[in-house]
Amino acid sequence: MNDIPVIGLIVQFIGFLIDQLPQISNAAVAVSIPIALAGLGGVISERSGVVNIGLEGIMLTAAFVAWVTGVVAVAILGPGEPTAIFGITLPLLLAVGAAVLSGMIMAGLHAWLSISVRADQIISGVIINIAAFGMTGYLNTIISTQSPLGAGGFRDLNVPESFAEIPVFGWLINAIFDQGPIAISAIILIVLCQILLFRTRWGLRTRAVGEHPRAAETVGIDVIKLRYRNVIFSGAIAALGGAYLSIELTSSFQAGMTAGRGFIGLAAMIVGRWTPLGAFGAALLFASSTAIGRAITFAAPANDLGRFLESIPPQVYDALPYLVTVVILAGVIGRSVPPAADGQPYTRESAA
Amino acid sequence: MSTQPTDKPTAAPEPPPVSPTNTTGNRTDARLRRVRSIGNQVWATMTLPLLSIVLALIVGAVVIILSSALEPGKSLDFGLPLRAYSALFDGSLGGENGRVSTLVQAAPLLLAALGVGLAFKAGLFNIGAQGQFLLGAVGAVAASQLVQESGPLVAIPVAVLVGALVGALWGFIPGFLKAVSGAHEVVTTIMLNFIALALLSWLISGPLRLPRSPQPVTNTVGDAALPILLGRDGHIGILFALVAIPIIWFILYRTTLGFEIRAVGANPDAARYAGMKPRRLVTLTMSIAGLLAGLAGTFNILGINHQMNATFSTTVGFDAITVALLGRSHPVGIGLAALLFGGMRAGAGFMQIRAGVPAELVDLLQAIILLFLVASPVVRRVFRLRGVKASLGTTDTMARTYGSEAIK
Repeated sequence: MNDIPVIGLIVQFIGFLIDQLPQISNAAVAVSIPIALAGLGGVISERSGVVNIGLEGIMLTAAFVAWVTGVVAVAILGPGEPTAIFGITLPLLLAVGAAVLSGMIMAGLHAWLSISVRADQIISGVIINIAAFGMTGYLNTIISTQSPLGAGGFRDLNVPESFAEIPVFGWLINAIFDQGPIAISAIILIVLCQILLFRTRWGLRTRAVGEHPRAAETVGIDVIKLRYRNVIFSGAIAALGGAYLSIELTSSFQAGMTAGRGFIGLAAMIVGRWTPLGAFGAALLFASSTAIGRAITFAAPANDLGRFLESIPPQVYDALPYLVTVVILAGVIGRSVPPAADGQPYTRESAA
Repeated sequence: MSTQPTDKPTAAPEPPPVSPTNTTGNRTDARLRRVRSIGNQVWATMTLPLLSIVLALIVGAVVIILSSALEPGKSLDFGLPLRAYSALFDGSLGGENGRVSTLVQAAPLLLAALGVGLAFKAGLFNIGAQGQFLLGAVGAVAASQLVQESGPLVAIPVAVLVGALVGALWGFIPGFLKAVSGAHEVVTTIMLNFIALALLSWLISGPLRLPRSPQPVTNTVGDAALPILLGRDGHIGILFALVAIPIIWFILYRTTLGFEIRAVGANPDAARYAGMKPRRLVTLTMSIAGLLAGLAGTFNILGINHQMNATFSTTVGFDAITVALLGRSHPVGIGLAALLFGGMRAGAGFMQIRAGVPAELVDLLQAIILLFLVASPVVRRVFRLRGVKASLGTTDTMARTYGSEAIK
């Protein structure tokens, strides 16, 4: 057994990571945003006791709606003058609004099916995913044959060079703030939800309903109404992630472009123990595998490590986020306890 | 899902009860009652799926009309849905080629959906048919490279066996993970679908690639190609798919294994107290589901494509779920639903050419059918259907096992 090259490779790899840290951390945040938003949506919904597997489909629909709204708005209103910061135009703002609205409608459907109709929440969620896939695929084929002009996308906030050169923390400021408007609002939203969930009356009620709906109702909480509200809110959050994909990270829509991010988000939620910040952390973990893979592809080092990394087929990097998700999910679950009433439909006792 | 838990374990059309008092009575009367009872059973089980299909066709027609106005310089075209649906019908059932093509499309759906339905019975949601199908096909191609010239009698069984086993392995992984760690199969199977895609891409551009080929493509399957029985590509795999219906029915309703699968699905705790082993059953059921989906992929590659390139893909993953839900997870229902979707897939291309409606319409119809199915308690109320089953033939425990601890 020849140990020295292995150790050498590891040392070189750590050196590579440190060298590429600004790029990797920035890409990791960018990649993690839709995953974290799906995870946050999952937290909001499941803390109130409703499993929302449909977040993937909600994201996909929102991504499509954002793109199409941009197309329509540009056709009617013209492209508009982008602002100096973020490159915001009126069509883009309308696109975000329409995307969030579509997410709320889709989530409203899931809420109705799982809360009022009391269908199995997993089946309802999967059906929403299939429905979203079918509808966006069909409409996208019709619209994209005319190769329409989209509204483009938001621009990143260009952090001044001097900030990035701040010792120790420069890369962190760069990673968090050298992003577009949706990404930055997403980070704010995640922190805000963490506070709301554990420090406000709404948060306490949400958690009570998710743990013991009967007891919550006894003290006067309207379980059904709160669940509706939370599920629809979760749809709005996931929709923001969808809009991020089609008008911030890229500026176009492809069929099935969410590529499982909604599901990875749910895994992040579980790994993050059903807390907003935990889900964000887990999403960053999942995203960093993609970011490192990207750094290796674009800036492979020119030493032994580079030759070793180049011998790894690129498909490994494609599969990495999914592989990491499965492994971590299998490892962490069981030590991560879901809300007690998660996934169980609720019947009012006072109905009789 | 059903609102009355009492009709849960008997979602399948069981033989009509024969009253013992009839044995001495009028024989023709008893037979009449029996026929009427079967008629009631058929009405009770078939009404909602058929109604969902009809409603979906109506909603689909509205979408077609609305989207016809999206093309520049055109207004609403009210005749388009009729033209599209008649083209869909002609492409699938009009003429010899269409009918064979319907069977060819239905066979993989049937196999994969039988797996999905079996998993439903055990309270498991297998969204991984996609990956199991793809890897089953890759496994069959890989095996066929070794037995390319050994004669069909050796090559076909070897390739089919390897394909089925690779599919089973891809079903075993999420089953095993669920059993030992509680990782929910809905998340893990989706992840495994993406991993399968990357694996396939690597295999056909690396180890299995035909040397000196400009594009990544594998060698042909050689002697492992399935014999053609009907028309251009009506391969023998269709027969095997049909045989799978009674086999799965027998396993589910006439064997101990089938009983245990249904018991675990209905109530894992009760099954465990009765001495069954939910962990082993969950793993086994997912493996069988994977085996069936893998077999579907195997038959497709050995019967139709004969070699694999980068564009080898399938819609079997979502289609199989729709077919299983439409068929209420019962093998016979799945057979009928697979035929319907096989026909839609077979006619979609023809519809696109003749009526100019994108073939993706089938995905849309599928989505709407599913929405009506899951909202079936409401559909039942709106249409005032009494004595009609609203259950999807699945268990209610899926959401209950979500994110929870490992199965005991």
